[in-house]
Amino acid sequence: MTQKARIIELYKKLLHLGRDYPSGYEFFRVRLHNSFMRNSKETDPEKIEKMIDHGHYIAKELEALYMMKKYRTLKRRYYDK
Amino acid sequence: MARVLVGVKRVIDYAVKIRVKPDKTGVVTEGIKHSMNPFDEIAVEEAVRLKEKKIANEIIAVSCGPAQAQDVLRTALAMGADKAIHVEVSGQDYETLQPIHVSKILAKIAQNEKADLIIVGKQAIDDDCNQTAQMTAGFLDWPQATFASKIDKEENHIVVKREVDGGLETIKCKLPAVISADLRLNEPRYATLPNIMKAKKKPLTKLTPKDLGVDTSPRIQILKVEDPPVRQAGTIVPDVDTLIVKLKEQGHI
Repeated sequence: MTQKARIIELYKKLLHLGRDYPSGYEFFRVRLHNSFMRNSKETDPEKIEKMIDHGHYIAKELEALYMMKKYRTLKRRYYDK
Repeated sequence: MARVLVGVKRVIDYAVKIRVKPDKTGVVTEGIKHSMNPFDEIAVEEAVRLKEKKIANEIIAVSCGPAQAQDVLRTALAMGADKAIHVEVSGQDYETLQPIHVSKILAKIAQNEKADLIIVGKQAIDDDCNQTAQMTAGFLDWPQATFASKIDKEENHIVVKREVDGGLETIKCKLPAVISADLRLNEPRYATLPNIMKAKKKPLTKLTPKDLGVDTSPRIQILKVEDPPVRQAGTIVPDVDTLIVKLKEQGHI
């Protein structure tokens, strides 16, 4: 896959994750778009590679955040006396 | 190698604030975000892990409910289930659909599909019934391991750690069996976008309770649904003495 295709894939992946964002999809989408636009002038392939890795790291963090939030909510509702 | 059946329910998303309908006949469900019951996600995850460990070879996800129940079946397929069965129950019938009906349906499907293991969430976060696993085991006359927090497969049986009051109980039971998943069994994976796309190609069969010979006529009548009591506002007392007087007044000390 070309670098450009991987960036688009990453963007779509993050957008998909944003649908469950606690502050709402719009909140997430605007910020995601801005952060991609901020770096859109970057031309050094190595730096871009680092940014893609960072994007995937953020995606993992989001998944972990959602899992923790759900786990904690259920634990509070059903287990803590 | 075992065939695993997992039950999944579509419920109002755990993060949504529940609103009761003004006429007290139920809760508002129109236009509200729904998702897979969190305990069922844990059940699906466990089935997928059994498949990854080569203990299971096929995972069948089942859901009873209106047409939108297919959304949670797609999620289950995206998480790693192989095929899905949607038992369509909609409208008035769905409102009075009880665990007894669902467990009859699950039992029937388990026999038709020759399942060796049924895994369901211990309860749904909407009605909190916690009955489906137990009654399914009853209808099939299979052993049950409820509130599982760890599942290990040995030769011809499974060893399950169960969450009981004040600790863990370890039991051994023969297969086929019914398991209900507790919160600490595993950490469910997130259904990624490419997997959701791939899941669209996986087979989904549609059935009705009639096809399975299950009678879903209501066993209950919903009299009313009410909000839980609102917590009373507290008061701030100026000093310890007043606090003690107030506590004594209300008989707490």
